[in-house]
Amino acid sequence: MLGRVHSTESFGSADGPGVRFVVFLQGCDMRCRYCHNADTWDRDGGQLLSATQILDKAERYRSYWGPEGGITVSGGEALLQADFVAELFEEARKRGIGTCLDTSLQPFTRDEPFFSTFRRLIKFCDFVLADIKHIDPERHRWLTGHDNENILDGLRFLAEVGEPVWIRQVLVPGVTDDDGQLRATRAFVDGLPNVERVEVLPYHTLGKFKWDELGIPYPLEGVEPPSQESIEHARRILCKGE
Amino acid sequence: MHMREEWGGFTAGHWTDDVNVRDFVQRNYTPYDGDESFLEGPTKATDTLWGKVQELQAQERANGGVLDCETEVVSGLTAYGPGYIDPELKDLEKVVGLQTDKPLKRAFMPYGGIKMAEQAAESYGYKINPKYHKIFNEYHKTHNQAVFDAYTPEMRAARHSHVITGLPDTYGRGRIVGDYRRVALYGIDFLIAKKQEDLLNCGDGTMTDDVIRLREEIAEQIRALKGMKEMAAAYGYDISQPARDAHEAVQWLYFGYLAAIKTQNGAAMSVGRISTFLDIYMQRDLAAGKITESEAQELIDHLVLKFRMVKFARIPSYNELFSGDPVWATLEVAGLGQDGRSMVTKNDFRFLHTLENMGPAPEPNLTVLYSKRLPEAFRRYAAKISIDTSSIQYENDDVMRPVWGDDYSICCCVSATETGKEMQFFGARANLAKCLNYAINGGKDAKFNDKQGNHMQVGPELAPITSEYLDYDEVMHKFDLMMDWLAGLYVNILDLIQYMHDKYYYEAAEMALIDTNVRRTFATGIAGFSHVVDSLSAIKYAKVKTVRDESGLVVDYKVEGDFPRYGNDDDRADDIAVWLLKTFMTKIRKHHTYRNSEPTTSILTITSNVVYGKATGALPDGRPAYTPFSPGANPSYGAEKNGLLASLNSVAKLPYEYALDGISNTQTINPGALGNDEGQRIGNLVHVLDGYFSEGAHHLNVNVFGVDKLKDAMEHPEKPEYANFTIRVSGYAVKFIDLTHEQQLDVIARTCHDRM
Repeated sequence: MLGRVHSTESFGSADGPGVRFVVFLQGCDMRCRYCHNADTWDRDGGQLLSATQILDKAERYRSYWGPEGGITVSGGEALLQADFVAELFEEARKRGIGTCLDTSLQPFTRDEPFFSTFRRLIKFCDFVLADIKHIDPERHRWLTGHDNENILDGLRFLAEVGEPVWIRQVLVPGVTDDDGQLRATRAFVDGLPNVERVEVLPYHTLGKFKWDELGIPYPLEGVEPPSQESIEHARRILCKGE
Repeated sequence: MHMREEWGGFTAGHWTDDVNVRDFVQRNYTPYDGDESFLEGPTKATDTLWGKVQELQAQERANGGVLDCETEVVSGLTAYGPGYIDPELKDLEKVVGLQTDKPLKRAFMPYGGIKMAEQAAESYGYKINPKYHKIFNEYHKTHNQAVFDAYTPEMRAARHSHVITGLPDTYGRGRIVGDYRRVALYGIDFLIAKKQEDLLNCGDGTMTDDVIRLREEIAEQIRALKGMKEMAAAYGYDISQPARDAHEAVQWLYFGYLAAIKTQNGAAMSVGRISTFLDIYMQRDLAAGKITESEAQELIDHLVLKFRMVKFARIPSYNELFSGDPVWATLEVAGLGQDGRSMVTKNDFRFLHTLENMGPAPEPNLTVLYSKRLPEAFRRYAAKISIDTSSIQYENDDVMRPVWGDDYSICCCVSATETGKEMQFFGARANLAKCLNYAINGGKDAKFNDKQGNHMQVGPELAPITSEYLDYDEVMHKFDLMMDWLAGLYVNILDLIQYMHDKYYYEAAEMALIDTNVRRTFATGIAGFSHVVDSLSAIKYAKVKTVRDESGLVVDYKVEGDFPRYGNDDDRADDIAVWLLKTFMTKIRKHHTYRNSEPTTSILTITSNVVYGKATGALPDGRPAYTPFSPGANPSYGAEKNGLLASLNSVAKLPYEYALDGISNTQTINPGALGNDEGQRIGNLVHVLDGYFSEGAHHLNVNVFGVDKLKDAMEHPEKPEYANFTIRVSGYAVKFIDLTHEQQLDVIARTCHDRM
């Protein structure tokens, strides 16, 4: 089986614990207004690679991983290729490589055939980095073009099976930085005993050039990265529950 | 065996009868595997003195780079009276001794070349007393004149075109590390007695060249040792006997180093591996309650303060090569012993801690001899200091220890030498990028013309390549021949320079602190490495079309199609890199080297990558004409497409055994790309170092800051926060605002590993 791979990064330092080899899979249906990887949207792009090819490449960096590191599969949206990721993780587990899934959970459903595939994938996955783009359904739809109901259900499922999860939220001024949103997100997270860590990722504009290259108008034109105070404030609410 | 009173409490061994500092260290040091919590902040005296030195440095910068310059008296061990940072604060100085009678004042050192000494002074508005012009032209020759007397026309042409470049024919060769610890452990009288014994046993009375020369050298060394005693006496110290306590050990050792920098202005004047040694004295005094931790730290802070003040008068062209006024007062910490014990002591923490107590600084060139097997607390502390100051470099103890033992020092930016047992003949770089163009153009230079206005014939007149598209096999064949020529010429130039340096500018003070029966290495170097690799890869994997001028000379290249580049962990390109290193080193080895020295090579260019690049035309890898090379063994600008670790893996493939003089790599990492918080950044940097050195790599400079900070520092050098803003460049640390504008742009342009 082959996966569609957008690119790889040998030095993932903030995509899970330790140093990690990051595989960015191609294809995403979300249209987040702040997306910094707009070049990964197209489901038909990328390079076709097998799990063995990817892991052979990843293993060249094993000496840098330390006890905690390994691979992280990100995207695009990795779960659009859930079959492939399950195979990749199973093979990684056989080789003793730590596995991490970085996902928005947007493709999540308890319907078949996805659900069985996802359960198999999670069996071989050490932990999940899950984004909550916005806790409010309406705002979520505005921000990403999709509902968040199944996403939140996906998080509940991960709690049911006891999968370790890190929650991440991108802090966008005027979009996700109001106290109501932050507190509601925190309240939801408080109901998930499997969450080990909550991270605030400050919005940045480094991916804007990709929109320009693709000829798509950038929807958050004029929005500046959040101030240090606002980041600290969000961290107090979201990460520490203050 | 005779235990002296000063050695009370030390474990005896071979070192008590013979000069053997390594034996002393191994028998007496106390490994420390705890963390940094024991460290103390700066004392009031340290704050006062460092404040004063910073004021002087600000004046120096305001003065155009030089605060004061000696014009009347030739430097020597006792040429100038004692000097202090501030005569009124002299009681605060725990470690005394300056190069001249005033702080940051540059000495007059004419033996390397009177012309250079005069020019250096003039470029800063000083005039050397004209009598010296007469003395050093009519009555006494200098190294520089002697070298030019003997150069052949071919050598002059190669030097002029910069196909061989950075030669130590206008400045001291440096890179000789006296074992300054010997002064502290034995005192000068014992060292004189040992040298006198050596002189008695030198030769059987048959006066061959070797014996005559060595006898004269030993006599010079004995004279220098006597001079050191006089020099110390001027400061009120008698260093004829061993140091009795930590304070004396630090002071005695520093006097040894001071003797070196008063008599030589070598390109690199390393301090050596002194940390673990001095810790033995600290431990003894701490255990006896004679000093407190705060006093121990103060001694180290004051010693380091002195290393921060070392200065030489340099000519402008030297500053273009080695920007920012570096002296490579290189000083090592950590490493492992042959018995597997970590050599990390509390003193290794104290030396790194100077960067916190007195802020970041380029000198001394602090070097961590790294191994995954060093205590974790120390590795984490070093990583923390790197992240906070970008002022330290790492070298792989696991690849150096098998070659140089466990008592080596770093004698330049990154090159190892066994302390007290070895010396090095340093010798610049062969520009292999230009050599590749010579291979294509039949030895003709694209930039430099002869007197008739035609392209200068520098290399042998081999048949040039005449095809429109380059053929890999043809290029490789001609490149091989051209490298044969270059390697031979290069070694011969160096032989000549080293001969003259020994004759006219012998390093008596440093050699007095090295065994008489010294081993010598002969250090060659490579410039333009990554560009040659990528060019050959382009010719092999893509199509390279030549662009010729009216004379038919190839002056540019057009690359059609894609090709693998060095720096992506892609064996297709990296194999070419390994081949290039091995091939060049093998060619160097074929030739006779001066005084039967052992040839080595390096892939390190310091900041000279800018100057070398400026003299070199376009290359088949797409590098435009007369632009900077990438520094050292770094991949080319923009070549790295797979992130930091892929780049590191490419460099790690270069076998150290073929580049025993060093393989330097400089990486700048955005703090955000290293992790989201301090704990994560420290942990990840330790993982990077563990991994890189496990792969067999030799050296890594680590910078942690973003490009924005560099740009701001370039535009606003007057901001106080940039006064000591230190960055690692290829092989040393430098204050960013002291770089030339061109080099600042170069540093900014270089890849900064960032994260989206």
